[in-house]
Amino acid sequence: MTDILLSLKGLTKAYPGVVANNNVSFDIGVGEVHALLGENGAGKSTLVKMIYGLVKPDSGTMTLRGQAFTPSEPRAARADGIAMVFQHFSLFDALNVAENIALGMENPPAMRDLAMRIREVSENYGLPLDPYKTVGGLSAGERQRVEIIRCLLQDPKLLIMDEPTSVLTPQEVDILFETLRKLSSEGTAILYISHKLEEIRSLCDHATVLRLGENVGECTPADTTAREMAELMVGTELLTPERSGRDFGEVALDISGLSADAPSDFGTSLKNVHMTVRKGEVFGIGGVAGNGQDELLGVLSGETTTQADAVRLHGGPVGNLGPTARRKLGLLTAPEERLGHAAAPDMSLTENAMLTGSAREGLESNGFLKWGLAKDFADKIIKAFDVRTPGPENAARSLSGGNLQKFVIGREVLQHPEVLVVNQPTWGVDAAAAASIRQALLDLAANGAAVICISQDLDELMEISDNFAALNEGRLSAPRPTAELNVEEIGLMMGGAHGMEVSHV
Amino acid sequence: MIVLEKRPQPSQAWSMATPLIAVLATMFFGGLLFLTLGKNPIEAIRTIFYDPLFGEFAFYYRPQLLVKGAPLVLIAIGLSLGFKAGIWNIGAEGQYIMGAIVGAGIGLAFYPLEAWYILPLMVIGGAFGGWIWAMIPGILKVRFGTNEILVSLMLVYVAEQLLASMSLGLLKNPEGHGFPGSRNLNDYASTNGWIDQNVGMHWGVVAALIAVIFAYILLNRHMLGFHIRLTGDAPRAAKFAGVKPARLILFTLGMSGALAGLAGLFEASGPAGQITIDFSTGYGFTAIIVAFLGRLHPVGILLAGALMALTYIGGDIAQGSLGLPAAAIQVFQGMLLFFLLAFDLLTNFRIRLASGKVA
Repeated sequence: MTDILLSLKGLTKAYPGVVANNNVSFDIGVGEVHALLGENGAGKSTLVKMIYGLVKPDSGTMTLRGQAFTPSEPRAARADGIAMVFQHFSLFDALNVAENIALGMENPPAMRDLAMRIREVSENYGLPLDPYKTVGGLSAGERQRVEIIRCLLQDPKLLIMDEPTSVLTPQEVDILFETLRKLSSEGTAILYISHKLEEIRSLCDHATVLRLGENVGECTPADTTAREMAELMVGTELLTPERSGRDFGEVALDISGLSADAPSDFGTSLKNVHMTVRKGEVFGIGGVAGNGQDELLGVLSGETTTQADAVRLHGGPVGNLGPTARRKLGLLTAPEERLGHAAAPDMSLTENAMLTGSAREGLESNGFLKWGLAKDFADKIIKAFDVRTPGPENAARSLSGGNLQKFVIGREVLQHPEVLVVNQPTWGVDAAAAASIRQALLDLAANGAAVICISQDLDELMEISDNFAALNEGRLSAPRPTAELNVEEIGLMMGGAHGMEVSHV
Repeated sequence: MIVLEKRPQPSQAWSMATPLIAVLATMFFGGLLFLTLGKNPIEAIRTIFYDPLFGEFAFYYRPQLLVKGAPLVLIAIGLSLGFKAGIWNIGAEGQYIMGAIVGAGIGLAFYPLEAWYILPLMVIGGAFGGWIWAMIPGILKVRFGTNEILVSLMLVYVAEQLLASMSLGLLKNPEGHGFPGSRNLNDYASTNGWIDQNVGMHWGVVAALIAVIFAYILLNRHMLGFHIRLTGDAPRAAKFAGVKPARLILFTLGMSGALAGLAGLFEASGPAGQITIDFSTGYGFTAIIVAFLGRLHPVGILLAGALMALTYIGGDIAQGSLGLPAAAIQVFQGMLLFFLLAFDLLTNFRIRLASGKVA
C-alpha cells in the first residue's frame, strides 16, 4: 500500500445514551478511495464529523501525514487539506455558481478570476459547469458539482463524500465516478460513505465496515461480494425477500390522464399520468427525489382531489373522494415523511393506529372512538412487525426512524388493503427491517392486493417490482416489465443525465 | 453549562406537577415583591389565597368565585378547542358582547310578557349571537385566507361600538330616566338568570360545568376531538387522516363563539342584570390566559378559572385591606402566568448539568 495520509486510532465518541463510535481505528492511504460502510446509525456521520472538525472525539488520536491532527473547527480541517461534500447541499438558489462558491471562501478572489478558476477546474475534472448560472435552475446533479468544485478549489488531500449518489441517476453516477477516479490517480484520497454496495465494489480500493459504532471488519470491495459486505454490515445472515410466482388478476387501480397542480410553490405538478395496476402486481415507480413522488402519493391518498374519473378503483371513480372514503374502499397509502405526515409525533402509537385505522378496523361508531380496540390494533402492529417499543402508549417520536417506519407500513398492511401505495417504504431503515418490510409487501401482493411502491432505491424496485416506471418532472414514463430492464435503461427512464453535459475526461 | 434535553416523550408527572410548583414559586417571589413594598408577605399571600375561601368574610367572597369563574371557564373551554387545533380566536370579548346583546334583546322584546320559554329562547339567542360573530372571521378565513387573529380581534371593537349604540338606543330602558342601559333582567322572573343569588349560583355556572364535561368527552372520546388534536400536533398528518381543514376551522370558531356568547348572555341575565355601556369587562381576553393556564385541558381550565377568579378577588381584598397598589396585584398575576408557562418547559425537556470541559 502507498503512504498513509490519515490514521485514526481508537476514536471514541459518546452521546447521552448512545456510544456513536467505540474505539475505531483505520488508515487512509494517499490517493486511496476508501469506503466507509454501515447501516443508518452505525456511526459513519459522527466519524467523519470528527475528521472534519465538527465534533471532538472523547478519546483517541488522529495523525495526518505523521503529525498529530486535532482540528478544532472545519476551517482548521480545511486548512490541513480536508474537504467534505455533504449529503444536503448548502447553496443559495438566488445566487449564481461563482457567488455561491465565493461565499464559502476565506479570501475570495475577484469574481472574474474565480469564474475562470471554476471553469478551469471543472473542465479539468470532467464536471462542466457554467459559473454564471443561477443555482436555482440547476438539477440535483449539477448542484452536487458546485459543491464538489467548491472543495476542489481548495486543492484537498482528502475529500470526504457523504452518500453522494442518492440524488443522482445512474448516468450521473458514472460521470461522478470518472471524476473521483481521476482525483484519486492524482493523489487525492477519498473517503466515500455509502450503503450502496455495488457502487463501492466498482469504485473503492478498500472498505471499513462500521456496525453500532465499532469497526467490525475491513475488506477489499473488488474481491468481496455485495452479500458478504451486507452481512458484515448487518451482523447476521440476510434473508432475501422471496417472491412466489403469481398471476395477475383484473385491474385494481386505473389512473388515466391525471394532472394536478403542485400543492406548494416548491412542489412538482403532475402532468398527464397514466398507469394501471392489476391485482397481485407490484408496480415500482422510480425517479430522483423531487420529481413528483410526494404529489403522486397525495393524489392517490385523497389528500389532493382531482376529477373523479382520473383515478378509478376497481372501475369506480374515486378521484374526487377524500382519504377516509378511499380507505373504506380499500385504497390505503403510506407517505414518505414518517413524522408529521404518516404519524403525529406527539401522539401515542394507539392514537396513531386510530389515525388511519378508524374506518377499516371498526375503531369508531357514530364518531365515538373505541380506544380499547385501537390499543389492540396498535399491539397487533407492534407484534406482527417487530416494532421495538415498550408499548403502544409511547409517543411516535420516541421511536427510532426504522421502528416507526415498520409501524407505519404495518398499520396499512394489517388493514388488508386492496391497493396499497407506499412511498420510500425502507428509507432510513436497517437492512434486516427493510427486508422484512419488502417481504410484507410481496406477501400482500401474493394474497391478491395491488401494491404501488414509489422509491428512490433502484435495487429495492428491481427486487420487488413486476413492472417499473419512472417519474421525471411530474411525468410518468411508460411502464416496462422489470425483468427486461437493465440499470442503463432505468437511468434513461429517470431522465438520463438530466441534460447535464457528459464529461470527456 | 446547563443543557436542555428534549424528552423522548412528554412527562406525565411533570405536566401534573408544574402548575403546583408555579403557584408555589409565585407565592415565594410575590412575597418578596410585597416585602419590598413594606408589607408583611405572609399576610399578603394569606389575604389573596386564603381569605376569599376561609376568611372572616368568606361567606361574601365565595359566591363571587362562582360569578367570576363561570364566564372565564365557559369562554376558555370554547377557545381551547380552537387553540388545540392552531386556530386563534382572539375576539371572544366581542362574541361575549354580541351574545349578551342578542340574548338580552330577545328577553326584552317579550316585555312585559312572563312565560317559561323566554329564558331558553334567550339562551339560544345568546349562543347564536356569539356564533354568528365568530363566523365572520371563520368564513373570511376559509374563503379568502384572511388571518382569524386580526379579524376576530378587530370585531371586538365593532361589538363594543354596537354595545354602546344599543345601550343608548334600541335597548335603552324607557323608564330609566335617561340612564344608558337596558331594563334590569333580574326584575322579571322570565328573564332572571339567577338560580340562587346568595351562593352565587346562576345558569352560567351550570353551563360552564356542562361545557367542561362536553369538551372532555369531545376531545377524548370523539373523532372530531381527535381530529382537533391531530390538526394541532401535525396538520399534514391530519389531512392524511381525512380532516377537512375548512370544516374544522368553522366548527372550532363557531363553538368558541357560541360559548362566549352564552357567557355574555348569562352575565347579562344574572350578575350584571342589564346591558349597559360598560358591560364588557375583559372576560373574553382573560379567558385566553385561563385557557393556557389550564393547558387547554378541560379539567385544567376549570381549575385555572377558579385560580384566576381567586387571585382577582383576593387581589381586590388585598388592595382594600392592606393598601397594596393595584399595579402590584397585576404584577403578581403576571408572575403566576409567567411561572406556569416557564415551568411548562419541564414537561417536554429535562435540564442537565453538562460538564463544560471538552475531551
